[in-house]
Amino acid sequence: MPDTGYLPKGKIKDFIKELAKDAIVYAPVLEGETVVFGPFSEEQELCLERPANTPPKSVIYPQSETLFTFEHKKDPEDHQKMSVELKAGIDAPGTVIFGARPCDAKGFIIYDRVFINTDTPDPYYMKRRENTLIVTLSCTAPFSGCFCVAVGGSPASKEGADAMLTELPDGYLIEPVTEKGKAILNKPMIEDGSSRLKDAQQVQQKAHEAVKNPFAKGRPEISPELFDADSFWEQALSKCVSCGACTYLCPTCYCFNITDEQTFGKGERIRSWDACMFFHFTLEASTHNPRPTKFQRFKNRVGHKFVYYPEKYDGAIACCGCGRCIRYCPVSVDISEIVNDLGGGGQKQQTAGSAKND
Amino acid sequence: MIDIKNPYLPELATVLQVVEETPNIKSFQVVFNDPEKMKGFAFQPGQVGQLSVFGAGESTFVINSPPTRMEYLQFSVMKAGEVTAAIHNLYPGDQVGIRAPLGNWFPYEEMKGRNILFIGGGIGLAPLRTLILFMLDNRSDYKDITIIYGARTPPDLCYKDELKEWEERSDVNLILTVDNEYPGWIKRTGFVPTVLKEVAPSPDDTVAITCGPPIMIKFVLEGLAQLKFKDEDIITTLEKRMKCGIGLCGRCNIGSKYVCKDGPVFSLAQLKEMPDEV
Repeated sequence: MPDTGYLPKGKIKDFIKELAKDAIVYAPVLEGETVVFGPFSEEQELCLERPANTPPKSVIYPQSETLFTFEHKKDPEDHQKMSVELKAGIDAPGTVIFGARPCDAKGFIIYDRVFINTDTPDPYYMKRRENTLIVTLSCTAPFSGCFCVAVGGSPASKEGADAMLTELPDGYLIEPVTEKGKAILNKPMIEDGSSRLKDAQQVQQKAHEAVKNPFAKGRPEISPELFDADSFWEQALSKCVSCGACTYLCPTCYCFNITDEQTFGKGERIRSWDACMFFHFTLEASTHNPRPTKFQRFKNRVGHKFVYYPEKYDGAIACCGCGRCIRYCPVSVDISEIVNDLGGGGQKQQTAGSAKND
Repeated sequence: MIDIKNPYLPELATVLQVVEETPNIKSFQVVFNDPEKMKGFAFQPGQVGQLSVFGAGESTFVINSPPTRMEYLQFSVMKAGEVTAAIHNLYPGDQVGIRAPLGNWFPYEEMKGRNILFIGGGIGLAPLRTLILFMLDNRSDYKDITIIYGARTPPDLCYKDELKEWEERSDVNLILTVDNEYPGWIKRTGFVPTVLKEVAPSPDDTVAITCGPPIMIKFVLEGLAQLKFKDEDIITTLEKRMKCGIGLCGRCNIGSKYVCKDGPVFSLAQLKEMPDEV
């Protein structure tokens, strides 16, 4: 079997249908003008031209999920006596994420350290992660706000992917990364890609050179003095409206809440995404709040991604540079600019080739 | 997939007894429904648990009975929010859920052979109670034990029976205070940090353990520093809003440390290395 495959553009829907034979395939589809990862069906319009507005994180880590159900039961002998029955099940069917970008796939690597590589792994995340195949699509050009190369990524990075597609004029080169990913080369519409590997690598190289690096020092470096200066955050964040959009659109944000919902006699314990941008996130019942201001909350968000997480996980940065928080912030807060300033960066530096994309 | 334990699934337990400590604090003595689980349950003084009322939710409380007394696990709950209000409605026989033990514990081994100074305020005596009872059950391992405890008014003092017991013991030095004069109260008045200054315990070979409202802790820490206690001899246990209890959900962090998992017990030396977000 060849090491790489080739998928002609005309056969992409057939290929997805083939993948959907034994899995639910989430692909970037148009919902109005928005590109989201949804379960693919024939009627939907696939959109691979630009990165999805939302990352595919919800496929493995749903925005809301039932951890377990509970039911209060009366003792038939003694109605004063109640018992509780708990039922936990994890719904994790075979799934494919198709057309995620390399930054999106890296998001899952960042989650894995938190949810799996711990002494109390999260069985819900873990089981879905195990049952999901990730087929990424490398980026041929950066979009506004993209800065993956500055945080150790690349528009053609294979990290976190089981297989990666690279767009060529008439089709896609497929490079498998894992054994799981290799299996997709067996699909009937996949041709031998060997003769096109070089072309694809050229596309990848060009794309890499085109991505901006917003950090004057190349990599994010944070001065502890500036990081701890209230005035820095007050100045940088004065326009933030604490809407939390940045966290919901972030492939590496994972804060959550746990709440109970019940009707008569039974209910569910639910885990849902939450955000450290909200005042209520850390508000205690006594009304004490350890992070009462938006400045402290944003400092925590930047701190988590660029200081605290790296402290815990051998220097790994918890940001994949996808740029969504920059593109969709209603008041144009730019985390890359803030981190650059925190490094005492000042003037932005750009890699060779970036001018073409400005 | 390897069959891992589901860390979100509580163990079912039954309320054995409810003790009204103060007008807004109740203690709940609970036992696991599964007698094997109760027999095999082990924890360390200072560790916490998530107490569930199904339908209302979960909140974190220290297990304030000591591991030396395992007839039941006790949680003391101040009525403050929705979940604690639901807990306050519990009666003996009611079903609850418990996820425990979580977090770290008091370094009681390293405290052996030293003088111990407890400083508590209000419900903050709960985590100290665990360690106090544990030490009293292993009394010969420790030198002088001093307890400074205060509350707003005399009715707000927790564990009144035990306070009386400790007061009568010759091997415990208990100093009680309430914020202001109160009819019938003949002991000290004044805030805990002020009383600490008045009592001025010696830092020699002494470990101080403090817990109370954040503002009290802040001034107690300052007071202990003035008394020349070393940062590593000052231990506190923190409260935060918590949900998962296993260092994931992101709300109890102080910098890279999660109070639910890396804490709740920290020395002042450790706290000084962390961002000022207590």
